[in-house]
Amino acid sequence: MLLLALDTATPAVTVALHDGTDVIVSSSQVDARRHGELLLPAVDRVLAEAGLKLDAVTGVVVGTGPGPYTGLRVGLMTADTFGLALGVPVHGVCTLDGLAYAADIDKGPFVVATDARRKEVYWATYADSRTRLTDPAVDRPADIAERVAGLPAVGAGALLYPDTFPKAHEPEHVSAAALAALAAERLAAGEELPAPRPLYLRRPDAQVPKNYKVVTPK
Amino acid sequence: MADEPLVLGIETSCDETGVGIVRGTTLLADAVASSVDEHARFGGVVPEVASRAHLEAMVPTIDRALKEAGVTAKDLDGIAVTAGPGLAGALLVGVSAAKAYAYALGKPLYGVNHLASHICVDQLEHGALPEPTMALLVSGGHSSLLLSGDITSDVRPMGATIDDAAGEAFDKIARVLNLGFPGGPVIDRYAREGDPNSIAFPRGLTGPRDPAYDFSFSGLKTAVARWIEAKRAAGEEVPVRDVAASFQEAVVDVLTRKAVRACKDEGVDHLMIGGGVAANSRLRELARHRCEAAGIELRVPRPKLCTDNGAMVAALGAEMVARNRPASSWDLSADSSLPVTDPHVPGHDHVHEVSKETASDNGSAAGYP
Ligand SMILES: [Zn+2]
Repeated sequence: MLLLALDTATPAVTVALHDGTDVIVSSSQVDARRHGELLLPAVDRVLAEAGLKLDAVTGVVVGTGPGPYTGLRVGLMTADTFGLALGVPVHGVCTLDGLAYAADIDKGPFVVATDARRKEVYWATYADSRTRLTDPAVDRPADIAERVAGLPAVGAGALLYPDTFPKAHEPEHVSAAALAALAAERLAAGEELPAPRPLYLRRPDAQVPKNYKVVTPK
Repeated sequence: MADEPLVLGIETSCDETGVGIVRGTTLLADAVASSVDEHARFGGVVPEVASRAHLEAMVPTIDRALKEAGVTAKDLDGIAVTAGPGLAGALLVGVSAAKAYAYALGKPLYGVNHLASHICVDQLEHGALPEPTMALLVSGGHSSLLLSGDITSDVRPMGATIDDAAGEAFDKIARVLNLGFPGGPVIDRYAREGDPNSIAFPRGLTGPRDPAYDFSFSGLKTAVARWIEAKRAAGEEVPVRDVAASFQEAVVDVLTRKAVRACKDEGVDHLMIGGGVAANSRLRELARHRCEAAGIELRVPRPKLCTDNGAMVAALGAEMVARNRPASSWDLSADSSLPVTDPHVPGHDHVHEVSKETASDNGSAAGYP
């Protein structure tokens, strides 16, 4: 088994190779504005470091967000197209689950929160690093303060809002290494991982125009 | 001819997910998935809606194009993609797909210019582009007069709109007349039954001191809206067909007049018209008439090739391969304001080690379907 994992749902552009037992190579670069430019060279570099070619990959794992859409789609589109070209399955894993796994917490509950911009966070609660308790959601930190009160929290969204998440700590961003390890574990346990579907959680910003604006002066 | 380059092109600059396949100047497949219906109720293209639709449609559309062309991915000589200009988020979906596809198949990647692609598509209809060619590109996003000596390396802007694109004006007037979105086809239809000379709407930027090749449609748009409002205010019925015909006449009159003048001034004897508005029947008719009178050969591709599609990107990509232009790098970015003077985005450094090996064995390594 050789899994190629990638995630672009947070400011990190992160890529890893996993052989079913261990992570072989991984790479993470934090640059929220350049997901599109950084991802393919990172894949190329990781493969070169492992001395492998892309056609050795038996499955692709991709973070499905939630995350800022433009960056999120870079990873999803890349994974989908690799799947098409290589004829291998593409597995979707919730990005928050990857962060929870990387947090390595046996006893929760705890919160994973990433930065959703516009003063909001993407978040979910976990019983432990492998068990999510709530569906991923997007909210203003103040609006969920009661629900997360007293809980430890990880992720950039938690670190950004200490008033709501006073017990926030690392990791800040998801890593493809964690995503790959989580996927490998689930696949080994005979679980079916879902096909990748983006978790947008918000409707597109679009307004049906009001009635036509009159140009004749009154 | 089997030795001409076989290229797949991906276009996602606006609301059409286009994947086309060409061999040299021969069209093999032109698969398009449009999200236009999802935008209709918003009265215009919503970038985020378009980007979401591109992500969903991409893989099925690539599949469909390959089937339509009857070729397999490993036979391709290159992957071309619109690198810009266009909607940033929408472009990025196509660029991501093209990079992953080219990399996985071990094929060179060509990030190309959307406007140059609109010109180059005519090769699929009428054979090799004459050099130089004057091109009038008109759509909801662009209104440009371009002069190209070599579509892979030399595209010069002669003029462009200083405010709205021609297609935008059609959309807006259709809205004022309550005819829905997109406005181009519906105005064209109503105009056929109207009198184009019944109302004298203004021709923008046609005065003796105005820039010779630039366009302006904003004033026309306002004039038409005022005229309609005055009718309504007076309690009279708006003659929709006459308004559509007179408005359309004002647009195509200016477009064709300036295009023909540019040809004459530059001594160019070929004019091509592309972009979605090139599907307009009156524009085609008037351009034919005026070009004939001026001794200019007119080339207008069939309407499906004029609107945004993947075949036009493939056509320019094939020309890049044929003329040995350098491929793009793996860090190619989507550039929403890529200058029209850059027909493609050549790579800036050495080819990465892995991709070089993959490229040299031509993607036929074990495991490729
Ligand atoms: Zn266009």
